Amino acid sequence: MSFTGVGVREELQPNPTAGSVAPRRSRSRRWAFVGILPFAAYISIFLLIPTGELIVGAFRTANGTWTLANIHDIFRAPYPQAFEFSLELSALSAAIGGIFGFVVANAFLHRGIPRWIRSAYISFSGMAANFAGVPLAFAYGATLGSLGVVTILLKHLGLHIYPSFSLQGLLGASIVYAYFQFPLMILLMVPVIEGLRTEWREAASNLGASTFTFWRYVGLPIITPSLLGLVVLLFGNAFSAYATAQALGISNLVTIDIAQLVNGNMTLNPQDAYALASAMILIIVVTITIYSLLQRRTSKWLR
Amino acid sequence: MAQVSVPAVRPAPNRIRQAKHRAPVWNFVLLLLGAIFFLVPIYSIVQFSLQGTAGQGGFLHWYLTVFDDPVFRSSFWLSVQIALETVIASLVLMVPTVFWVHLRLPGLRPVMDLVSVIPFVVPPIVLIVGLAPFLKDFSSWLFVRPEVLALIYVVFALPFMYRALDAGLRAIDLKTLTEAAQSLGASIPRTLFRVILPNLRTAIIGGSLLTVAIAMGEFTVASLMGFTTFAVYTYQIGISTAYEGVALAFISFLLVWGAMLALYLLGRGGRGAAAVAITD
Repeated sequence: MSFTGVGVREELQPNPTAGSVAPRRSRSRRWAFVGILPFAAYISIFLLIPTGELIVGAFRTANGTWTLANIHDIFRAPYPQAFEFSLELSALSAAIGGIFGFVVANAFLHRGIPRWIRSAYISFSGMAANFAGVPLAFAYGATLGSLGVVTILLKHLGLHIYPSFSLQGLLGASIVYAYFQFPLMILLMVPVIEGLRTEWREAASNLGASTFTFWRYVGLPIITPSLLGLVVLLFGNAFSAYATAQALGISNLVTIDIAQLVNGNMTLNPQDAYALASAMILIIVVTITIYSLLQRRTSKWLR
Repeated sequence: MAQVSVPAVRPAPNRIRQAKHRAPVWNFVLLLLGAIFFLVPIYSIVQFSLQGTAGQGGFLHWYLTVFDDPVFRSSFWLSVQIALETVIASLVLMVPTVFWVHLRLPGLRPVMDLVSVIPFVVPPIVLIVGLAPFLKDFSSWLFVRPEVLALIYVVFALPFMYRALDAGLRAIDLKTLTEAAQSLGASIPRTLFRVILPNLRTAIIGGSLLTVAIAMGEFTVASLMGFTTFAVYTYQIGISTAYEGVALAFISFLLVWGAMLALYLLGRGGRGAAAVAITD
């Protein structure tokens, strides 16, 4: 009752002074925009202008003349190898983390699993997804490095993983990356699985479907776009990682090459950093676009 | 009647529930595998950082060595300072902005949503490429002061701070609260400080904790700009002495653990914000 009263009063109020309302409202809106100017200025200085600058820089020489040389450079050694390894590492770690994260999230959300296991998994995932960078790389040095605890344990069991294995190799680095990919997948997957309605499960099992049949014909078809979207997101996440790779000692990675160029440690054209950084932006924009398109497909069902 | 019928009815649903609720064994196998994957590296850190100390003092040898290093203390202190500066700068910038957008410019909210994900598209290693020459040209005095890190970290914290504040403001009836405050004669700043802020406490603490975690752990920009923050110190020590590096990694682990535990204890307010990761 009181709400309608307020609504009516608001509607009635402008009428007596109808002539002066329009200018006053536009002036207040102009003032309203003043309120976000500090934010707009800050984001422009520290985010938008630098981003624009580096994209423009990709097409310029050090003297400021236009060129395509930096873009051509991307396709010459050592960069294609770096892109190849970056793509492989991102894809493998996204696949490991994505699949493992999905099945584990599905396992602890299963009926009959004690609640504390579920909340332990979710809160530990929140921690592990944020335990990336230098400490993570050193943690794996202590685990699977040449003197690592697990390495030595396996040696006692007669299994010598070195020298064929290394933390700088594709498999080793993917396992390290999986330590933040796997929990991130869990955190993002929980709401998706919970969105699968229990009625669908019950309807399927009333019709005699086993768990496998349910997933094969109902669960997976609904969830697949979301699942793929999240794996693509993990891919982009791994692609932009730098600190973990640097502390692991990986040498042929796009982010590592960019850092070397910024430091001036490479006897290569420093303008290449702009081209590489722009290429990274392009790749991440593509992954996020794919992610949101796939997400939109699933959200039709999960509501 | 009720006393008679209840025991008679109970066993049946119980049996059904039991049959339905028994999870397949492979679920437990998967959960065990996941737990092993999570816990083995942490066990290894502890084991590794305590070993190799024979004839070199107590079992905490590597930790004591690290604590004795004056660079450890200075780098840790620097990171704490930068983290606090980042939180303050971030709150001063974001709280009034998000409040204002919700109150007066709700049409801009999609734009804000979009802007707040740009830091994901432009990760630290990319942003520094565009930022370094700019800062050098613009004002070289700024480039050599560590405070500039805090100004840059505000950008990295933007998605987390924005999400936390946005969720917090969406959860309260902003319009009613503001109108009530103003009809009682409060100005907009007074409304913000005395009415809105207390209601946003959980969101502010949640966003701030994530911001601290980001600022304390950030390596990319700090190392490329030549500042010895805690993460950079960990890296420098770790590539020369593995044991000390691993001891420092364990300290970082405890810091992240503490921040996330605090978020978890904050409960619902922080949960939405915590469900996003800082990957560097």
